[in-house]
Amino acid sequence: MSGHETFIAQHSFIELTARERARALLDAGTFRELIGPFDRLESPWLAMQNVVCQADDGAVIARGTLGGEAAVIAAIEPAFQGGSIGEVSGAKIAAALEMAVREFEAGRKILPVILFETGGVRLQEANLGLAVIAEIQAGIVALRRYVPVIGVIGGMVGCFGGMSLAAALCTRLIMTRQARLGMNGPEVIEQEAGVEELDSHDRRLIWSMIGGEQRAAVGLVDTLVEDDTDQVRDAVLGAFESGVPASHRTEQVDAQLERLARVDPSAIDPVVLRTLWQGDA
Amino acid sequence: MNASRGQIWFDALTSNASNERTASGNEGPIRSADAPLGDTSARFITIVPDPHNRFARATDNVVGLEQGWLLARAVRNAMDADRDASVKRPIVAIVDVKSQAYGRREELLGVHLACAAGVDAYASARLAGHPVIALIVGPAMSGAFLAHGYQANRIIALDADGIAVHAMGKEAAARVTRRSVEGLDELGDRVLPMSYKMSAYAKLGLLHELIAGINADAPGHEDIDRVQSSLIAAIDDARKGPRDLSSRLQSADAKRIRAASIEVRKRMAEQWDAS
Repeated sequence: MSGHETFIAQHSFIELTARERARALLDAGTFRELIGPFDRLESPWLAMQNVVCQADDGAVIARGTLGGEAAVIAAIEPAFQGGSIGEVSGAKIAAALEMAVREFEAGRKILPVILFETGGVRLQEANLGLAVIAEIQAGIVALRRYVPVIGVIGGMVGCFGGMSLAAALCTRLIMTRQARLGMNGPEVIEQEAGVEELDSHDRRLIWSMIGGEQRAAVGLVDTLVEDDTDQVRDAVLGAFESGVPASHRTEQVDAQLERLARVDPSAIDPVVLRTLWQGDA
Repeated sequence: MNASRGQIWFDALTSNASNERTASGNEGPIRSADAPLGDTSARFITIVPDPHNRFARATDNVVGLEQGWLLARAVRNAMDADRDASVKRPIVAIVDVKSQAYGRREELLGVHLACAAGVDAYASARLAGHPVIALIVGPAMSGAFLAHGYQANRIIALDADGIAVHAMGKEAAARVTRRSVEGLDELGDRVLPMSYKMSAYAKLGLLHELIAGINADAPGHEDIDRVQSSLIAAIDDARKGPRDLSSRLQSADAKRIRAASIEVRKRMAEQWDAS
């Protein structure tokens, strides 16, 4: 294909809603939503703070097949409260992971995928948001003993807060260059540590630190994809192929401490880090 | 500088520690030691201020890049030691963490991964059959608590000044929600998960026990005895229960306050298989 044809053939993943993303990744015609909007399981905490609820609380859980195998996708909707995790949206994701664990305990297989698009805890549900994120993390660690848990960070919200830890626990991570992955959002760092630590308006600097391209270059995510639904789907299918690794990234304590030891905090920047951490992810 | 709460309780609970303690040393941000607890021996782990940490934003009792991985090492070291043991030693996370480390270098170098290493270690220890207990003696904030304590089978907290569990520091939360600190208190009284009070947190069903009347800053023999008894009871309870976190939805408080979380699980199970 010519450059033009490739360009025209692309279908944006980023522009899709959570429901459309899940549908686009699953084999055609197999999408089946669990606890959908008509179940009307809404946040019990938003209305009492005069915030309008959404009937799916911003999380879509879908079953179907991926390349012919049973699959479950948990997709976070960025357009509702910035993809923030409340009691219900978080419990839906945790429950899906817990049910997937039960499948393996019963001797059946299912492929789990999480589509991250979240600022982390929903502040209006503070302590329950944090509690359900701990439950999501517990679910990922339990499930990945049986099967790779694949995370996708599509953008444009990216993945922050406690959910960035959940992403890091995934067996393999797929990311677009538009997406960002970090624990503390730039605004939070500026607020807590001052503008001299980080200017949250400096977009070029922020993407150079925590954008998809940099994260892939230093081995903090596995696969960088273009904003193209077919590419994301191919990457997801490919990520299951190599199975459960001997050790996950979060288990590699000695190797990661050694990587850190190579860093001089007074002389580090995104470019230096690429040289320092190249090829040892 | 006064000793931190984490250091105070680590010292109080490990005064009879075995050689392990000298082996793990008293340098750096992590304290880890095995010490007698009831008729067994438990691994105690805490995070303390580390004024000389080479990462300038991680000198306080926070979870930074090194803290996350060193926590994971302390937990995994206990798992390795018990690899072939039929009864796994309890692991007690003494929680006194102000926050994760906020900084430009921290983000660049992947503080999210370092914190996830802590989550993974504690969750894996729990799944391997170690009773994991979180003992909250100071702030248990946000991502730092996720990394150090929130994967425990049972969570115990002292009810004393300076102890709070929350997703965000009070001043920052006031700024973000455009409320005064007083307004935030008023909101917390109406909306339980927003509260900074331990009495409110206790109603969410997440706590195994809230221990009142303890001198948290200068514990005497009686204080230490009471906390040890609570730890022993929590360990016994954890050994009898499942290795996942489902016990957090079992209490009467959870059934009332976390009814939505329970309903989600019920409907997910009902709808899981196509009819």
